[in-house]
Amino acid sequence: MITAITTLTLLALCFGAILGYAAVKFRVEGDPIVARVDALLPQTQCGQCGYPGCRPYAEAICNGEVDINRCPPGGEATIIALADLLGVEPKSLDPEMGEERGPVVAVIDEQTCIGCTLCIQACPVDAILGSAKQMHTVINTECTGCELCVEPCPVDCIAIVAVPCEPQRWRWPLPHLLAEGVV
Amino acid sequence: MVEYALLLASTILVNNIVLVKFLGLCPFMGVSRKLETAMGMGMATTFVLTLSSICSFLVNEYLLAPLELQYLQTISFILVIAVVVQFTEMVVHKTSPMLYQLLGIFLPLITTNCAVLGIALLNSQSQHGFIESAIYGFGAAIGFSLVLVLFAAMRERIIVADVPTPFRGSAIALITAGLMSLAFMGFTGLVK
Repeated sequence: MITAITTLTLLALCFGAILGYAAVKFRVEGDPIVARVDALLPQTQCGQCGYPGCRPYAEAICNGEVDINRCPPGGEATIIALADLLGVEPKSLDPEMGEERGPVVAVIDEQTCIGCTLCIQACPVDAILGSAKQMHTVINTECTGCELCVEPCPVDCIAIVAVPCEPQRWRWPLPHLLAEGVV
Repeated sequence: MVEYALLLASTILVNNIVLVKFLGLCPFMGVSRKLETAMGMGMATTFVLTLSSICSFLVNEYLLAPLELQYLQTISFILVIAVVVQFTEMVVHKTSPMLYQLLGIFLPLITTNCAVLGIALLNSQSQHGFIESAIYGFGAAIGFSLVLVLFAAMRERIIVADVPTPFRGSAIALITAGLMSLAFMGFTGLVK
């Protein structure tokens, strides 16, 4: 009985020591604040802020390189949430970057598309489907409406259309936004 | 040497841990939706299973057997497995954040993967030596990964296939698993 208890205790202690050592040895150095800022950004990866995606913008914000008002897709709600997280005063959206608008998606006019694959290469979220000399189409649930595909299209067959607010699409605003009186 | 090769082949194909012994069915159903996650899970399980099989053998042989404490096998094996899983999680988190994100909840769940405890207990039951234990654990894990990857590849194709409505989802997956199990029965007699 005593042997059993001692053995198990010693075994557990021994394993505990190994895990403790491993926890020190394999510690992951992350920057949790960047992850939290990144989580507040809309993940459109559109680059309208001047950075190549949402994560680089989040890193730049955390390094204090840029202001928090450079994200048009996120709009005022994102700016207020960021200001709240970082403890700074909210500002209005920088008009240089573009203006806030409702959700949009890209739509390819499939009659005109020549299958050049240029828009596929431009899409940051892989929302365009198609292959060379085949008609392309946009997966509208994946599309973030970043407009990066409009520019490279040689036949101008991509249109950016607003997503209408229909009963099927309408969602309750997020509770923390409601509490802050943003919406 | 030949007997080790035979042991490996028999644990992978003939006595496949999932399809013949029916152990480790939860990750088999749970992580087989995408080929990528299935491969990751297979690799993590292979690592954990081999290591935990060796560690359980060492604990059993050099700690429990001399003190005649074999009745503590189950609890101490669980302890060993928990530690090995935790260790693997730390290593994966450090070395491959991508894989860590991909495996997500399933990595800690290897602790409760019955195949891992099952292999440790089967090892001591069939009185395997050190190398045999390692090969048995490794073979079982390879068998598990093989079946998991095959199954995931099939499920990816089944999703786009025209399955009758009542069979959609888990139903067709379970039927597929059953058919795979039948197919693996064909290996019986390959190794005596």
